Amino acid sequence: MKKRPLSRDERRSITYGILSVVVVIVLLQLWLLTATMNAYLGGDDTVVWPAAAASLICFGLNGGLLWYLYSIERTVETSDGDSP
Amino acid sequence: MNIPSNRSTAPNGRPLEIQPKWRQDFPIDVADDELGARREFTKFAVLVSFAFVVGQCWIALKSWLRRRKPTPGSQRIAAIDDVAVGAAMLFHYPTENDPCLLLRAATGTFFAYSNQCTHLMCAVRPEMDQSRLHCPCHAGYFDLATGRPIAGPPRRPLPRIVLEVRAGSLYAVGVERRTI
Repeated sequence: MKKRPLSRDERRSITYGILSVVVVIVLLQLWLLTATMNAYLGGDDTVVWPAAAASLICFGLNGGLLWYLYSIERTVETSDGDSP
Repeated sequence: MNIPSNRSTAPNGRPLEIQPKWRQDFPIDVADDELGARREFTKFAVLVSFAFVVGQCWIALKSWLRRRKPTPGSQRIAAIDDVAVGAAMLFHYPTENDPCLLLRAATGTFFAYSNQCTHLMCAVRPEMDQSRLHCPCHAGYFDLATGRPIAGPPRRPLPRIVLEVRAGSLYAVGVERRTI
């Protein structure tokens, strides 16, 4: 069954939801960066690589969410040409 | 004027025909504009996320390079009698770019710390009578006996220089960085 293209209001709700999640993840990354810098300057190197890996995973999540956001727009554009 | 059916109303909710002329000339679709702006902001946030990853990788690289460096060797600072009780002496360890302070709190009690404040690297000054080190830049204070911050903006202790006494002389043999 072919999926119904999302309306503009639906897309806006999804965009707000994704933006909220992305902002939370970015704030988490900011905390991670400051904590890692503090540990590094304090001579603690054990957390540096795990923190870098965690930050990379966070970026992967963010990238995936952004990709989903643009894929929704692509779906709408190809279905009826309605694009903001 | 033909208005597309999917165009949203103006912010005040009235039809376009009775809107001010500037809005009739430039009939921005607010809902579409909002959707596009939020999407672009999400893209910017993801870019910031990438910048944080770059920052983390930079720290990891610096950490890796630091671990590859050989541990600092032993360096003679001064003879014990060169430093009076209650006095301080400046020296450099492990390199000429790392100023440190040797402090003699009592006859047999020596402390040595990096002379750079852990807040913004200003030089700290000993206040032996009050058993503390003072950073004049932003009024930071460190405990003389432990090097830990006791007031002001610094959050990390001063790096401690490990001392050894050999044949009446004081030697710096290592640097102990701490987070708490």
